[in-house]
Amino acid sequence: MARHVSTRRRWFVTVIAWAIGLLMFFPILWTFITSFKTEGEAVASPPSFLFFQWTLENYVEVQRRSDYFRHFSNSVFISFGSTLIGLVIAVPAAWAMAFQPGKHTKDLLMWMLSTKMMPAVGVLVPIYLIFRDLGLLDSRVGLTVILTLIDLPIIIWMLYTYFKEIPVDILEAARMDGAGLWNEILYVLTPMAVPGIASTLLLNIILAWNEAFWTLNLSAAKAAPLTTFIASYSSPEGLFYAKLSAASTMAIAPILILGWFSQKQLVRGLTFGAVK
Amino acid sequence: MTLKSAMLGMASMLVIASAVHAETLTIATVNNGDMIRMQKLTDDFTAKNPDITIEWVTLEENSLRQKVTTDIATKGGQFDIMTIGNYEVPIWAKQGWLLPLDGLGADYDVDDLLPAIRQSVSYDGKLYAAPFYGESAMVMYRTDLFDKAGLKMPDNPKWDFIADAARKITDKSAGIYGICLRGKAGWGENMAFLSAAANSFGARWFDENWQPQFDQPEWKNTIEFYVSLMKDAGPPGASSNGFNENLALFQSGKCGMWMDATVAASFVSDPKASSVAGNVGYALFPTSGDLDNHGNWLWAWNLAVPAGTTKADAAQKFISWATSKAYTELVAGKEGWANVPPGTRTSLYKNAEYLKEAAFAAKTLEAMDAADTGHPTVKPVPYTGGQFVSIPEFQGIGTAVGQQFSAALAGQRSVDDALKAAQDLTVREMTKAGYIK
Repeated sequence: MARHVSTRRRWFVTVIAWAIGLLMFFPILWTFITSFKTEGEAVASPPSFLFFQWTLENYVEVQRRSDYFRHFSNSVFISFGSTLIGLVIAVPAAWAMAFQPGKHTKDLLMWMLSTKMMPAVGVLVPIYLIFRDLGLLDSRVGLTVILTLIDLPIIIWMLYTYFKEIPVDILEAARMDGAGLWNEILYVLTPMAVPGIASTLLLNIILAWNEAFWTLNLSAAKAAPLTTFIASYSSPEGLFYAKLSAASTMAIAPILILGWFSQKQLVRGLTFGAVK
Repeated sequence: MTLKSAMLGMASMLVIASAVHAETLTIATVNNGDMIRMQKLTDDFTAKNPDITIEWVTLEENSLRQKVTTDIATKGGQFDIMTIGNYEVPIWAKQGWLLPLDGLGADYDVDDLLPAIRQSVSYDGKLYAAPFYGESAMVMYRTDLFDKAGLKMPDNPKWDFIADAARKITDKSAGIYGICLRGKAGWGENMAFLSAAANSFGARWFDENWQPQFDQPEWKNTIEFYVSLMKDAGPPGASSNGFNENLALFQSGKCGMWMDATVAASFVSDPKASSVAGNVGYALFPTSGDLDNHGNWLWAWNLAVPAGTTKADAAQKFISWATSKAYTELVAGKEGWANVPPGTRTSLYKNAEYLKEAAFAAKTLEAMDAADTGHPTVKPVPYTGGQFVSIPEFQGIGTAVGQQFSAALAGQRSVDDALKAAQDLTVREMTKAGYIK
């Protein structure tokens, strides 16, 4: 029998959840609203929330000054490309670690995670030199490769934890029925792990989309994604907050919409195996 | 082969030849108003030089600095022109990372550059960067608030007067603060102001043997004066205010005085953005006691050619266009004289139209002429630079010291503790870097 929850309590929980949700969303909402203000209005004190002269001039100016679609297509190429390549490498790796663990699997996993603990700027110069010699500076291929490498530990870890939830008996049954390794991974394991793979995919696209250290440092004019698009509107000498807000809104809108439509899948994947 | 196909063939050969000949210059720059205006006006340059196309990489100042420093130090060759400050120019020129600008053309008139600025972008007598706009620091104050309080700003104010006036004007219940100064930690943020103020108090960063001087009374006077004045007459939360935060406060009428870069004058006097546009007066950066030292703040954003480029001739052609007298006339014609990049050429300050439209022009020139980055303070020093010290280690040290003084301003530690910590960390870093034997 379902536990009885009183109406008052339900109301209380709903209000709290909405309050926390709005609090977390507020900076994005404020950026969105500021993007429709004039520069003077954007820094007015006290600030006006909704009652001001709404204007689209910032969007017009941003579009006139920068090539949004070039940055956008670079972001799509780099984030989707790096995540897909990462998955192709990570699925077999996570399979091996989850179902055929060796003596050093745990150490290997910890070592991979430890690479994420190193500050990126520590290896900036060596990576920059390698990229220079390979001719990969300011290229989409170069940025895809570097993002694949830095996100790979997270992809492998996420897939590893999902695969661990899958009963090994099912895979053994498949083997008894004569399935080879490839068929086992492709037709038995993968369909069962789809929610996990999907949420890994989405989360890593978001991570790669927002990555702002390597994309800023290794790109110039040709391969620059939306992170550099935002950075080009930030100024320490001059108040251009409204234009910066318009650029930020344009940069996060695609990933926000993607996240919105896939939130069911994302939540399902993230809580996969939480309740046995 | 018919005549038509032969001509088509020749035409396509010509197209291919011109495509091969066309050069693309990649220019890294910061997102400041004057640079954005330059980007808009690039068509004028490409119309005169059809064989050159321009790609802009615009970034926020700190990102830009990290990126161009990485690129030039590794000879990455991603950029043909870099926008750099006069802090970097002598350091990079010494390393051989920049090409000397000797191809700017016969009509460039290099002698027209303001002497202080020209000196700050030269190394070994050669010009290594061309100044795009320059700035010093000055006092901007509200004439209406001064009138109301019965005060008159002298042309050449002393710190004591500034402190008295700031306390008199302050009316916290009405949200008006006598003085707004930088407090946000950073070598280019609070330390720019504090280094200049310290110069005017007779302090110096290092003695002739590179010994840090934070244990000397001049620094103690400077920081005690600053912290106590800001406590009495500064806005709340001043320890997180930088240029932009103070600009927003001043424009919305919350500050009686603001001491900062001269470039701010064009923002606060712009009626479209500033609610106090008609009530702003200007005065020189204050001095202390009998010392005739106005802080020696001098900054310029400059265009330079990295040694790794293969397009040096085209790059110099562009730099010559962007920093020439003709460019200022181009801006004036399209956007008015008040929008011309300031602080680089003497001729601009002799132009009657500019002086008429820009009320701050005379004081800006006076402030820039007063700056001597070769002798930033009264006592002898082994370095150059006014609001910074022109050594590669200064970015790290300046920011770490800035954190100490920002904490003192926020009341998290005493002035004495902050000075002691600043002294200790600077001694440690300078010893590590080999300056102190």
